[in-house]
Amino acid sequence: MIRLDNVTKVYIMGEIELTVLKGISIDVREGDFYSIIGPSGSGKSTLMNILGCLDVPTSGEYYLDGKEISTYNENDLARIRNEKIGFIFQKFNLLPRLDAFENVELPLIYRGVKSKRRKEETEIALDSVGLYDRMHHKPNELSGGQQQRVAIARALVGNPSVLLADEPTGNLDTKSGNEVLDILESLNRKGRTIIVITHDFEVADRSKTEITLRDGIIVNRKVK
Amino acid sequence: MNMSLKNTLKMSIKSILSNKMRTFLTMLGIIIGVFSVIVMVSMGQGATASVTQSIEGMGSNLLNITLTDRTIRFSNDNLNELSMLEGVQLMSPNINWVAPVKYGLNNEAGISVVGVNENYMAINGHTIKTGRLINPLDIENRNKVVLLGSGVSENLFGRFNPIDESISLSGIKYTVVGVLDEKESTLFGDNNNMVLIPYTTGMRQFRTNSVTSITVQGADAALIDKTQSNIESYLLNIYGTDSYRIFNQEQLLSTLNEITGVLTLLLGGIAGISLLVGGIGIMNIMLVTVSERTREIGVRKAIGARRSNILFQFLIESSVISGIGGIIGIMLGMLANRIISTAFEIPISASVQVVLIAFLFSLFVGVFFGMYPANKASKLKPVDALRYE
Ligand SMILES: Nc1ncnc2c1ncn2[C@@H]1O[C@H](COP(=O)(O)OP(=O)(O)OP(=O)(O)O)[C@@H](O)[C@H]1O
Ligand SMILES: [Mg+2]
Repeated sequence: MIRLDNVTKVYIMGEIELTVLKGISIDVREGDFYSIIGPSGSGKSTLMNILGCLDVPTSGEYYLDGKEISTYNENDLARIRNEKIGFIFQKFNLLPRLDAFENVELPLIYRGVKSKRRKEETEIALDSVGLYDRMHHKPNELSGGQQQRVAIARALVGNPSVLLADEPTGNLDTKSGNEVLDILESLNRKGRTIIVITHDFEVADRSKTEITLRDGIIVNRKVK
Repeated sequence: MNMSLKNTLKMSIKSILSNKMRTFLTMLGIIIGVFSVIVMVSMGQGATASVTQSIEGMGSNLLNITLTDRTIRFSNDNLNELSMLEGVQLMSPNINWVAPVKYGLNNEAGISVVGVNENYMAINGHTIKTGRLINPLDIENRNKVVLLGSGVSENLFGRFNPIDESISLSGIKYTVVGVLDEKESTLFGDNNNMVLIPYTTGMRQFRTNSVTSITVQGADAALIDKTQSNIESYLLNIYGTDSYRIFNQEQLLSTLNEITGVLTLLLGGIAGISLLVGGIGIMNIMLVTVSERTREIGVRKAIGARRSNILFQFLIESSVISGIGGIIGIMLGMLANRIISTAFEIPISASVQVVLIAFLFSLFVGVFFGMYPANKASKLKPVDALRYE
């Protein structure tokens, strides 16, 4: 469902050209649990942003559900981010003024779902991450682990085909980190495609496919 | 996939309320702007209305003739001939002076003294309360007699009868022969705080050697244009062009309305500038808001907000600020109008159009000055916005 073909990313900063991705090709099948590891600065986040349609490759091709991404315009990309992709960030990125419910509801608002159905689906999503009783808490009234679970609920609520998580446990202690991973794992067991970036080999061990990135190239590929 | 206006509005109001002090201060610019537009324009319109009313009160069969060339004057023959012209019913000189008026210890400074003949009272619709009018003999003999306006009579004599009493105008003694009924004032002055004297007497006392202004009453209001052209051709014949000016009520109305209209526009324009300044305040705050919320914009885009969603979110935010500011400004303006009306006894009030225009203009200011920041926000690339600290 996701296929990258020789994707590169070049940042131009004044005179300097910085090639961050140097020809990445991957193939993520439906139901896969993909992990990307690699040292800091190796281009993991850059790759993830491209996968999440938050950024575009400099060259190469990105096929999402069989369609090349560069054929889409800005509104199409917004729709894809809304419907096909659930993004989970290292820094949670919840909107501080909105409570848990409103944060999770947001993708459905942008999708134009009617208020009654929005409420039902938001509650289901919050329930699935065990935060039904915290739905009216603001982010600053929740622990880090709880905030990340809200973020997962937000990524899930629109029933996307793939969940992208950029170091989802990076800001969490071991226990909350494990809770988050348990959720991701159980989602994958139910058939959801998941791609996760991590520094943590334990996390990588729990995945089905593991790739290692170094200096913008895939140096190791492990299918279990 | 499209988000409803209701949700956008809810979102904007939420973020507006999250920073109440800042919102209020931003709004204050708009409030002051709209407030001054409302008050200024209302005052202008109030002035226009009262001017119109007072001119219409003059009667539509009156013509006012003023010599504008200082080297010429109405001779007695001219005046006689003028009064004989077709369509002219009554004619009176109309000379204005200002003088202190004194009776015993009572002193009124700066009273308008009008030099007239026996027709003036009839032309201007003055009626007598007590005593008699000025008559042709008074004119001929330059009698020192005076007719008091009701206000002057009250101030000098109170409840006492002023008839046959002696008052002084600029130090010269005059005998009061009558008191006029109270009359609504016109543009040409207070009809009650003035005195009338024979123009011949006045010209001698005040050393005015010629009549330069006269008032004519036409026989028929319907034929006033014809009468005016008769007078015009007579004057043209003896004085030449550009030496006199004839006003009729209609011309006066349009001239004065033009003046007050320009005045109103000017006042409104000045007030409008303050509204514009308020708009710049909005733009400033919206730019701050956008940069503060760059990350939020990134998150929203990452979960599927379109460019237009972001654009509308910020545009609605700025228009809600300016719209609410506008409504508060309008309410304060109407309150001020009421206070001014009662305090100064001039009827000013904001017309529906002014209120509507002020409101729409404030909304427009919000949209216009919100456009740049909102557009800037909507154009942010999701990655860049998310990376922003
Ligand atoms: N917008 C940008 N402009 C210039 N250089 C960038 C930009 N974004 C990333 N880079 C550079 O690209 C390289 C890869 O960054 P990236 O964030 O993908 O690393 P990463 O593998 O996610 O690292 P980490 O594990 O620390 O998160 C880094 O050297 C970084 O400085
Ligand atoms: Mg990273």
